[in-house]
Amino acid sequence: MNTKVTIAGVEFKNPVMVASGTFGSGQEYGEFADLNKLGAVVTKGVANRPWEGNPTPRVAETSSGMLNAIGLQNPGIDVFVERDIPFLQQYDTKIIVNVCGHSIEEYLDVVERLSDEKIDMMEINVSCPNVKEGGIAFGTRPDALFEITKEIKKKSKQPIIMKLSPNVTDITEMAKAAEAAGADAISLINTLTGMKIDIHRRCFALANKTGGLSGPAIKPVAVRMVYQCANAVKIPIIGMGGIANAEDAIEFMMAGASAVAVGMMNFHNPYATMEVVKGIEDFMQKEKIEDIKDIIGIVK
Amino acid sequence: MSKKKESGIVISQREIADGIFDLWINTDISKTAKAGQFVGVYPANGAMLLPRPISICKVDKDNNALRLVYRVAGKGTLEFSFLKKGDRIDVLGPLGNGYPVDKACGKKVILMGGGIGVPPLLEMSRVLKDLDDNKKPSEVSIVMGYRNSQDFLADEFRENGQFYVATDDGSLGVRGTVIDALNKENIEGDVIFACGPMPMLRAIKKYAGEHNMEAYISLEEKMACGVGACLGCVVKTRDVDAHSHVKNARICTDGPVYDARDVEI
Repeated sequence: MNTKVTIAGVEFKNPVMVASGTFGSGQEYGEFADLNKLGAVVTKGVANRPWEGNPTPRVAETSSGMLNAIGLQNPGIDVFVERDIPFLQQYDTKIIVNVCGHSIEEYLDVVERLSDEKIDMMEINVSCPNVKEGGIAFGTRPDALFEITKEIKKKSKQPIIMKLSPNVTDITEMAKAAEAAGADAISLINTLTGMKIDIHRRCFALANKTGGLSGPAIKPVAVRMVYQCANAVKIPIIGMGGIANAEDAIEFMMAGASAVAVGMMNFHNPYATMEVVKGIEDFMQKEKIEDIKDIIGIVK
Repeated sequence: MSKKKESGIVISQREIADGIFDLWINTDISKTAKAGQFVGVYPANGAMLLPRPISICKVDKDNNALRLVYRVAGKGTLEFSFLKKGDRIDVLGPLGNGYPVDKACGKKVILMGGGIGVPPLLEMSRVLKDLDDNKKPSEVSIVMGYRNSQDFLADEFRENGQFYVATDDGSLGVRGTVIDALNKENIEGDVIFACGPMPMLRAIKKYAGEHNMEAYISLEEKMACGVGACLGCVVKTRDVDAHSHVKNARICTDGPVYDARDVEI
């Protein structure tokens, strides 16, 4: 049985990753998950300097999901390089660093710093809906996405993944722009912008008013978008959005994802990633699937 | 450190005041739980995915049991209120740092709780009482604030120290806040351990500062992961935090208990 998948020349022992921002830098879930068993750890977004993030409340539960508006709080690239990368290097897993910024220059700062680090890939967050300037602006206009992707490709020594926002009219336009600019892969979906109001206090549930919706509530939207993008571009796709178990992961792969990420459901079940890894193997055995790659995009 | 998520078994549950429930759960989490820590309790309803942070009211290591006293505040806690003996309930924990018990050594201690912040101080009062003589506080005053005469857990507190009560409606003890009770009853101390609503904790921070006392306060915030990964539940800190490298600390892991001087509330 082969569970290995390859994305842009990087070989992953299995297709199971974590979604940026839901797993810290791996350490926080070390008591629950064996990081050696993961295909990759995708880190919390990191910027060229520390970011304070948004005021609280930053999270609110919604039906089968949650809203968050963390605002990409992060310790900055200096601390990240000194502390978080060495931590992850102790493990036999691939390291994908999520990069955020307010401007092309800020993104490039981080990309350049990371270029000489022992990391396997970078995921460029151009789709966080919770940051006022930059960020999402690059992820909702194909021309802006093309531009930033092209600039990052010039500086990056590692393959890059552009993380796409679902908050657009046609996500395939974004996927095509990323591909045309030289992106090695795309990941989708980031969160859907939402809002919740506390009717008793007559206020927003989040201090930021709006937040990003994640969790099983968005899974059908995510599967649809993965399918659409898989039919629009040739570069590999990392699928995510409400994956709770192996069945969900396989659904994304059949829709066209070469790998998958567990996100919000880590909060519900800190063992979720381990169960997805095991569940995929069980499914392959039961369905007599020799190679996991055989199911990628199998549903046409 | 030994956090885990496991399926606990309900030993008993009863309502001890309006909307306040007293739940005993059989769980291995009791083996490592400490005063001031909390657990994440998961609703069974699959539409509610996040663990509810609930403070630990009592740890019974001999019987592998945890006692949670909580208020019904929404759909998740409403679901918990229907749990009966023998039911299963998923619990994540123990979470957070807990009260720094060593700070009580030889000191005059005041335990202050308000509303649904009362329960974690019960375990703290028991721990202080059971300390070896060379580690014990010299004196323990317990000041609890309630809305009305439904002074849940009061009888148990009386076994562990000099007990004072404040009520919003004046039906028991001092009318007003726990700070009013301190002043009116001339309660003095060196160190405060507290849990309660934010206005009360702000008042305690201020009072402790003015009276040159130490205060360790347990904070609350909307949480998601409970294990320090999501950065949902942060509090502003006086200094740059060692983990975040900004002036934010994670309440679920760096807290919930903080030296009042270290947090901007």
